[in-house]
Amino acid sequence: MPDTDRSSSNPFDRRTFLTRTAAGLSAAWLTSQWPAMVSAATHAHSAVANPAAAKFEFFKPEEAAEVEAIASRIIPSDETPGAKEAGVVYFIDRALVTFASDSQSAYREGLEEIRTILAEKFPGATKFSSAPPEQQDAVLEALSSDNQHMTASRRNRPNSPSQPFFETIRYHTIAGFLIDPDSGRRGNKDGVGWKVIGRENSHIFQAPFGDLDKNYPGWQPVDSEKK
Amino acid sequence: MTDDKARYQPSDEVDFVIIGSGAAGGILAKELSTNGFRVVVLEQGPYLTESDFSHDEIKILQEDLLTNHPKLQPNTFRKTPDEKAKPQRVLVYGRAVGGTSNHFTANFWRFHEIDFVERSKVGPIPGSTLVDWPITYADLEPYYTKVEWEVGVSGLEGASPFDPPRSKPYPMPPLPTKSNGVLFERAARKLGLHPFPAPMAILSQPRAGRSACVNCGFCLGFGCEVKAKSSSLASMIPLAEKTGRCEIRPNSYVHKIEIDSRGRAVGAVYFDSKKNVHLQKAKAVIVSANGAETPRLLLLSASKKFPDGLANSNGVVGRNLMLNSGGISLGVFDEQLNDYKGFAVSRILHDFYELDPQKVGFYGGGGLDARFDMTPVNFAAGAGLPPNTPRWGKKFKDAIAHNFTRTVEIFSHGTSLPKEDNSFSLDPDLKDAWGLPALRMTYKDHPDDIKLAKWLNEYGLQILDAAGAKQKWTYPIEEQQFAVHLLGTCRMGADPKTSVINSDHRTHDVKNLFLCDGSSFVTSGRGQPTLTIEALAFRAADRITALAKRGEISA
Repeated sequence: MPDTDRSSSNPFDRRTFLTRTAAGLSAAWLTSQWPAMVSAATHAHSAVANPAAAKFEFFKPEEAAEVEAIASRIIPSDETPGAKEAGVVYFIDRALVTFASDSQSAYREGLEEIRTILAEKFPGATKFSSAPPEQQDAVLEALSSDNQHMTASRRNRPNSPSQPFFETIRYHTIAGFLIDPDSGRRGNKDGVGWKVIGRENSHIFQAPFGDLDKNYPGWQPVDSEKK
Repeated sequence: MTDDKARYQPSDEVDFVIIGSGAAGGILAKELSTNGFRVVVLEQGPYLTESDFSHDEIKILQEDLLTNHPKLQPNTFRKTPDEKAKPQRVLVYGRAVGGTSNHFTANFWRFHEIDFVERSKVGPIPGSTLVDWPITYADLEPYYTKVEWEVGVSGLEGASPFDPPRSKPYPMPPLPTKSNGVLFERAARKLGLHPFPAPMAILSQPRAGRSACVNCGFCLGFGCEVKAKSSSLASMIPLAEKTGRCEIRPNSYVHKIEIDSRGRAVGAVYFDSKKNVHLQKAKAVIVSANGAETPRLLLLSASKKFPDGLANSNGVVGRNLMLNSGGISLGVFDEQLNDYKGFAVSRILHDFYELDPQKVGFYGGGGLDARFDMTPVNFAAGAGLPPNTPRWGKKFKDAIAHNFTRTVEIFSHGTSLPKEDNSFSLDPDLKDAWGLPALRMTYKDHPDDIKLAKWLNEYGLQILDAAGAKQKWTYPIEEQQFAVHLLGTCRMGADPKTSVINSDHRTHDVKNLFLCDGSSFVTSGRGQPTLTIEALAFRAADRITALAKRGEISA
């Protein structure tokens, strides 16, 4: 029963937002909004240090290299960080011994399938991770071509072991890139994924939030506001 | 947390056992214990607190920290009663102390007068079992006010020309305006509409030891770490426990209401976390388990005396399910909106609350809001991107990098017509992890609901146009097969032949059995049911207290 399993001592599940007290917010605002905040904010910053040691819990090193190479084509590194810099492979490795443990065989079979496609398309090639990017993309095109119909859903649970492997690794790559860096899941290392999409890494924000509410005078009734 | 919290044995006959601790159950627990009654609340989910909540999308989307577990509690679906239902996830609801109020968006619209008397006003609608409520807006108005002041709702009195009368202003001003709110307001006014600050069950000012919203941005789907969201967990449960008369008992999965030879409820039978079975005895039973689990529990409680399920002598339990129709249109703008910061909604409009069927060609009405309620993984995995965006590679990365801070959603919310065949019932074959029959949903939208959803969604696109969206699209409007708002399945009514409870929330068949949650609804409203669920709960607490004090429950 997941219900009774509340003993997790993972410090990152806890109120790590306390350590994210947002430089730049006025102390007066914080005090007025959240009286508990100011004292809580003195709570140690130490909990944030990412313990992601370069150690794998599920993958063999050669499998990890293949997974990292695939993830790097899904979210490539260019002028900005990609899946590699975000440590996606470590996220996936942990996923496969935690919430996605029922996808273990999908990964083993999927990596095999990728090797097969690679060898068929490019005779002599054996490792995805050693292939040039154009060949890697061609393999992933072939792997994902059947999945174009898979459209957006607001309530998607894209982690079913029965779905095509590409969908599983795609979802895991995205999750590993954009998960809350404080979640303790070894993804989004140093918040680089959030930097790429423009999300500030803070648990607290103060209005104005964006370009349009910056100089907005506030709601005013208009004369025509009569039924 | 105090040491003098009430603790009862299952064998203690308490005054009330309440099944469910959500929007309705939390309020009933607080009101009845405050009124001097001894109360046990049985909640199937765990007792989480703010320190258990997190921004971890995996915990929410994959591990169901706050919600029902599709693997442990599978569902089946079919469109019509002549089909065999197939396994399919059909719903999400809160499964923790606080229920769905932990993770809701917190849009807190009152129903309007029309919602209670619509059948009289529009006449019969073919294919629908639409009827009037046995109570009116005026009956419920004091309780709407009570909710707003007791749980804490932010809003601006008089801002909408379509608002029904109210006896008191909101207890606190609206939340800040988001960039998508500004954009929505300007565009809607250009179109001659009347946008106004959204009433939200989120604190804009500190209140009762709870923080104001700190705009963390993980709101819909997530529990609030600073108690700013006015969930039952943050607002009501602590007050119930403080009375010293109310025990909240988590991990208690009720699967039967026990009945004696006189046909009176004697208590609730539940599995504890180790699947041991207990009977919590009580003088009266109140079921607030939500619009799916409440009828399911009644059907699971079938016995010799009640062969078709408890309180179901007329066969109405589980029927007339309404989900609220609606749609989502999206746009991308040049400006950096940063709407990932803060609560979801800051502007709504109610100009289309009562559409004229003669003019539009269908029955219904609704409202629109501007929001951004997608978290980073959910957004990028596909929910937030325009159709035909590459799904991986550099162009995919460029799209999420550009769009995340520039995307706006326009949600439309509307009526859903009740139909006899739309229902929750017990699947004859599939069982849950406790060996109980799985929940089966039978549902096919009334054609007018689809027309309304399309009509409102078109308007959403017009607003995005008027706002200057560089790109806009809409989710397809399809027949619904997934339920979030769970309404109407044990409806209230004066006629025992066509309803399950009377206007005191008492079942017609069992004198000391009461039902109060979304299942009590007679009509669907325009898409934001929680405030009405809570107003009904405050009112039900008054009615039940009066009955108990007159000795009319246990006599």
